[in-house]
Amino acid sequence: MRGDFDIGLSGLEDTPARRARLAVTIPYYEFREVLTVRQADRERFRTLGDLRGRRVATLGATLAYELLIQAEAEHGIQPVVYEDDVHPYSDLALGRVDAVVLDQVLAERGVRRNPTLANQDTRLAVGHYVGILAPANAALRDRVNDILRQAMRDGSLERIFRTWGMWNADQPALYARMTGGETSAGVSATGAASLSPWDAAVRYFPALVRAAAITVVLSSLAMALAVCLGVLIASGRVYGTRGVQVAFTAWVEVVRGTPLLLQLFVLYFGLAAVVQLPAFFAALLGLGLNYAAYESEIYRGALEAVPRGQLDAARTLGFSERQIFTLVRGPQAFRLALAPMTNDFVALLKDSSLVSVITVIELTKQTQIFAANIGSWVVPGVMCGAMYLALSLPLARIARRIEKGWRRG
Amino acid sequence: MSDVLTVRDVRIQRGARRIVDDVSLDVTRGDVVALMGASGSGKTTILRAIAGLESFATGAIEVAGVRLCANGLPKGKLLRDLHSRVGMVFQFHHLFAHMTALHNVWLAPVHVQGVPRHAAEARARELLALLGVADVAEAMPHELSGGEAQRVAIARALAVDPPLLLMDEPTASLDANRRGELAATLRQLADAGRALLVATHDEDFARTCARRIVRLDAGRLHPGVF
Repeated sequence: MRGDFDIGLSGLEDTPARRARLAVTIPYYEFREVLTVRQADRERFRTLGDLRGRRVATLGATLAYELLIQAEAEHGIQPVVYEDDVHPYSDLALGRVDAVVLDQVLAERGVRRNPTLANQDTRLAVGHYVGILAPANAALRDRVNDILRQAMRDGSLERIFRTWGMWNADQPALYARMTGGETSAGVSATGAASLSPWDAAVRYFPALVRAAAITVVLSSLAMALAVCLGVLIASGRVYGTRGVQVAFTAWVEVVRGTPLLLQLFVLYFGLAAVVQLPAFFAALLGLGLNYAAYESEIYRGALEAVPRGQLDAARTLGFSERQIFTLVRGPQAFRLALAPMTNDFVALLKDSSLVSVITVIELTKQTQIFAANIGSWVVPGVMCGAMYLALSLPLARIARRIEKGWRRG
Repeated sequence: MSDVLTVRDVRIQRGARRIVDDVSLDVTRGDVVALMGASGSGKTTILRAIAGLESFATGAIEVAGVRLCANGLPKGKLLRDLHSRVGMVFQFHHLFAHMTALHNVWLAPVHVQGVPRHAAEARARELLALLGVADVAEAMPHELSGGEAQRVAIARALAVDPPLLLMDEPTASLDANRRGELAATLRQLADAGRALLVATHDEDFARTCARRIVRLDAGRLHPGVF
C-alpha cells in the first residue's frame, strides 16, 4: 500500500483480510493443511480431536493458526506459535510439541528434513496461494491474472511446480476454475477482517488481556531473577577475590555485548540438543540473565557511591563486614539504585516482546496476530500501546513516591 | 593512672614514603590529649592506625589490653575486641545517611552488643540529651547543622561505651561558641573516666580542652607546650 514494492508473492495465503484491503490475484496454487506427527504417534494422533491437552505448533497469522485457535476451543489443544517454518518440525522431533499443522508444501519439506516424522492424510482445510498488489494497482493485478491464466493454459506453471516436486492432483481442478473466469476459489478463513473495528476489539480483547498477563508475569519473574543475580554479581565484583571479580566482569561484558535475541535463540534452540528448556522458562532465564548484567552494574555503582567514611565509621563501631553490607551500605545503595531499576523494569517489560521468537505469545505477538488477522494495525496498535502504558505508568509513579518518601526521611 | 592507649615506636609508610615515624604516645583514663600539627602532618593517619583502619610498618599499639601488631590490619576477635575499646569521631562525621540521628546512635549497641532495642534507644536519647542535641533525635543527617552532626557522631561513638575516644578535627565545622561548648563536653567525658585523643590544628581549642598537647611535625612527635 505504501508503494515500497509492486507485487507480493511466495506462499501468501488467500485470506479475507487480504481481500478486504489489497488487490489480490487469482489463486495459482491449492494446498491442504496437513497434520504432522512423530512416526511413533501415527496411530494415536490422527486428527486434531486426538490431541486434547497437547501442544500443536504452527506459524502465526496463517490459516493453520486459525484452525488451531478453533481446535483450541473445540478440542482443547494448545496452539504453539513459531516465527519460522523450520523449528516447528525440529521441535516436534525433539518432543517439545506433539504435532505441527502447516500447509502440505512446508509439511513435506519438514518430514524430508526429519525422518522420524510423518504426515497424516487427514484433510484439515484447503487454502490457496495468491499474489498481492496495492488496491490502486488493480490494472496491474488484472495483467498478472492474464499472465497466470496463460501459464495455466500453456502448462508452464505446471512445469515449474513439477520441477520443484509441488505438482499434485488438486491443481488441475483449480486451474480449470480460474481459466474459466473465476477470480477466487473461496476464501477459507474465519473472517475476522469483515468485523468492524469495535467488534474486532471486543473479540480480541480477552486474548490481549491474557497475553498482557503473560507479559506481566514473565517480566516480574525475570526482574526478580535479574535483581537477585544482579546483587550477587555486584557483591562479587565489589567484595570478591580477584578471580571472582574477573569471572563476573567477563560474564557481564559477554551478556551486555551480545543481543538478547541471540541469547534467547541459543537458550531455546541452541541448547535443545543438550537440554530442552520449556519455552516460558527459557524466556524467563534469557530475560533474567540478560538484565542481571545491567542490574549488577547499577548495584556496583550504587555500592561504590556510598561514602567510604560511613563504612569506616561502621567498622570502628564494631560492625562485621556482613552487617555493614546489610545495615549501612546495602540500604543506601538500594535507594540510589531504585530510579535506574524502575527504568530497567519498564525496559524489560517492553523487551519481553522478543520472547515471541521462542514461541511465547505475549502482548506484542498477540497484537501482531490480531493485526494480521484483521488486516490493520490501527485498533490492535492502540489497544496494545494502551496496555503497555497501563502496565508501565503505575510503576514509574510508585517508584517516584518511594523516592520522595525516602528524601523526606 | 593506667594507660588506656600505648603507642610505641610506630612507623606508618605508604610505599617508600614515611607518613609517621617512630611515634610513641600514652593516654590514660581521664586524660584529654591534643595531637596537634599542620594539615598533612600525619594526625589522621595515627588515629586511623589506633582504630584498626590503617596498618603500620613497625612498632606496637595497645588499646586497653588489646595489642595490635605491625604489618596487617586486625581481624576477627582481635578486631571486635579493639572496636569495643575504641570509638572514633571523624572529621566529616560520616553519619549513616539513611537513618535518623537517634537510629544512628542505637544501631551499634543493638546489632554489635546485643542490647535490647528499647534499652538502646533510651540510652541513645540520654546521650543525645547529654550532648545537647535531644531535639534533633528524629532528624535525618542531611537536616543537621555541622555542629549538630558532630554531636550526634560523638553520641554514636559513646553509645558502645569505649574507654578510648578518638576525635579527628572536631572543631572543623563549629563556630567559636560551639568550640567552647565542645571543649567543656570533652572534659566532662574525660572526668567520667574516658581517655580522649583529639587530633586538631586549632591551637585555642587544644588549649581549652586538653590536659596535654603533643605536636606532630613531618611525621615525628614532639612534646607540646601550652
